[in-house]
Amino acid sequence: MQRRDFLSLAALGGGAVYVSALAGCAHRAGADYASIQSFYFVQLSDTHWGYSGPANPDAAVTLRKAVASVNALAEQPDFVVFTGDLTHTTDDPVERRRRLAEFKSIVADLKVSTVRFIPGEHDASLDHGVAFKEFFGDTYFSFEHKGVHFIALDNVSDPGAKVDDAQMQWFKAELAKLDKQAPIVVITHRPLFDLAPKWDWATRNGAAVVDELMPYQNVTVFYGHIHQEHHHMTGHITHHSAKSLIFPLPAPGSQDKRTPLPWDPSQPYKGLGFREVESEQTGKAFELAEFPVVRA
Amino acid sequence: MSNNTSRRRMLRQSLIMGSGLTAVSLLPGLSAWAQAQAQSSKPAPKPTTQASEPRTIEMVAQRFKFTPNEIHLKKGEKVVLAIQSLDFVHGMNIPDFNMRADLFPGKITRIALQPQHSGTVDFLCDNFCGDGHETMHGRFIVSD
Repeated sequence: MQRRDFLSLAALGGGAVYVSALAGCAHRAGADYASIQSFYFVQLSDTHWGYSGPANPDAAVTLRKAVASVNALAEQPDFVVFTGDLTHTTDDPVERRRRLAEFKSIVADLKVSTVRFIPGEHDASLDHGVAFKEFFGDTYFSFEHKGVHFIALDNVSDPGAKVDDAQMQWFKAELAKLDKQAPIVVITHRPLFDLAPKWDWATRNGAAVVDELMPYQNVTVFYGHIHQEHHHMTGHITHHSAKSLIFPLPAPGSQDKRTPLPWDPSQPYKGLGFREVESEQTGKAFELAEFPVVRA
Repeated sequence: MSNNTSRRRMLRQSLIMGSGLTAVSLLPGLSAWAQAQAQSSKPAPKPTTQASEPRTIEMVAQRFKFTPNEIHLKKGEKVVLAIQSLDFVHGMNIPDFNMRADLFPGKITRIALQPQHSGTVDFLCDNFCGDGHETMHGRFIVSD
């Protein structure tokens, strides 16, 4: 079965498919990217392990159910990426490590062998990422996968929501290695644009990051933080946020306070879920399929 | 002496001691007076009348709230926020004014404002300060 066929079936089974059409990618010039192959990965985000509260009375089992749903996919992804807020924040360094350890133990049950992690502010802001690094390594990194260049950025270890100077230098050096037509996927936690500054839904120097990306013609950003699906363009760069796996938040700026949407006992896990991202052979267009925590 | 009274007294003493003015980001959309106040530690231009003296509004930032968190202003009124943080390098961000500052404990951070329009203007802490950070915000209510 082809992936496209599978996604169509998945959509009928309760998922939603979004086609990410990258502006300006209809024609390719310069380097030949014939080596790019189709693949797909799964994005999970904002699991907030350790959260306890009325916004999710099933918090103790939601992550395990999501892991089971990913494992039940008919075709396993090439890799899984968690886009931050793996754990819910705590002032206690011992408790922070306990939550990180429990989270790591639960997601170790994923069938897929390659799982990548970036921090959210709940994981990393209070200790500048020290505990996160003990469990998951570097907070920013890059990797190649089947011809697509992935760059993971850390905009949370600085409590001021900045990509710090050292990381910016590294980021510029990473980009300098790439052809302007190269397919690039950026993974980060916070939006790199001012989505809702009054709710702190921004990266303080996100505009500088986007400026660095602008010369590159095929850039797609996947992020978390806002606990809902959202799609946005800054010029030709596409930004996709993912749903949470703990509680949904209201639409950006739609109400006075960014309080969690109330749990609906008649529809458990409403507004929560994970995402499949399929890269076609061009490496420039992505098909997104949204799935609930528990598959029908 | 209550904690609040003690805090107020400490804040006044700090103000009298003349803690440094904290630089904040550029302020498009604010008055030239406010920009001058925010960007320089030099004394403000000498007011020509007593009526032009800015009103000082004392504020306290403490996990996870600003006190006060609802502040009434008059359109065109010159005010200076004098903010003391008690426990963390909180942030004071006023997105509608494109203005922010870090609030370092042990010093008073002053931010000059002169709202030009009536309405509600939100402010928030934009340095992640813990479980409750998301509730640390407030608003100015600017009347004609």
